[in-house]
Amino acid sequence: MTTAEKYVTAAYLVFLAALLLYVVIIALKVGRLEHELTDLARLAREKLGG
Amino acid sequence: MSTSSLSEDGRTGKAGPAFDFGVASGRRGASTLALAAAGLLVGGIALALYWAPEDADQGFSQKIFYLHVPVALTAYASFAWAAWKAFRLLSTRDSRYDLESYTAVHMGVIFGLLTLVTGSIWAKISWGHWWSWGERQLVLFLIVFLFYSAYFMLRYSTEPGPRRERNSAVYALFGVALIPVSFLAVRIAGTILHPTVFTHEGANLPWEMFLAFCVCLAGMLSLAGSLYLAELAGKRADVALRDLRELLA
Repeated sequence: MTTAEKYVTAAYLVFLAALLLYVVIIALKVGRLEHELTDLARLAREKLGG
Repeated sequence: MSTSSLSEDGRTGKAGPAFDFGVASGRRGASTLALAAAGLLVGGIALALYWAPEDADQGFSQKIFYLHVPVALTAYASFAWAAWKAFRLLSTRDSRYDLESYTAVHMGVIFGLLTLVTGSIWAKISWGHWWSWGERQLVLFLIVFLFYSAYFMLRYSTEPGPRRERNSAVYALFGVALIPVSFLAVRIAGTILHPTVFTHEGANLPWEMFLAFCVCLAGMLSLAGSLYLAELAGKRADVALRDLRELLA
């Protein structure tokens, strides 16, 4: 692998890594929202006496 | 409680199911754009790496162009979108646009950071160093990036509400003035190091390269669009849940 190929690969890998990191962050956020929603549903059931 | 009474982040009081904050439509739009982005980016990168001819001067290292330039243009587009939403907020006083402008700045900063990183890698191989303070194009892009990075500090230094929305909107709108300066800097300056591919006479590259570039740019814009919609849906859901928690407390 030439030096140019190494740098080009690095640039594309940086982009891919950033994209994957973003997906992980979004997944964590969705998980947190889901947890919060479950919590709120339980709270609503308690309030309504269900 | 009606939807309109919960509208800190801009849901209008129009009739509709309670707590439908555009999350579902955002998710659908994000999915469609994400599929388009995946197809276009994979196709575009394949065209760039395996089909487009190598640059006579730079050789294989020029392949970073197909990543770096679309990412940079997407950052500019995100900032411009943020400014448009900020303008809409200031002209209509509809606070829905605040969250949209904020999300667009968020996207712009992410793509801006990627522009700086991929640009530095390209600079290292082409010029022999990671950064050049003598290049106005680079310095101006860094200024744009830092300006929008400071947006978050401004935003979170004030309490949520109309004042914060207005301040953020004015800031986002003001920042868009830096974009043409940054974009045109390399042309005005007539710099030696940073290449100028797109001039007022058109694209200064073979059609195969231009086609691969266009596909990559379309993919990058679709990717930014899908991330924007997903992020916006998440932020809206966050606000909706916070409102719901307050209601139930």
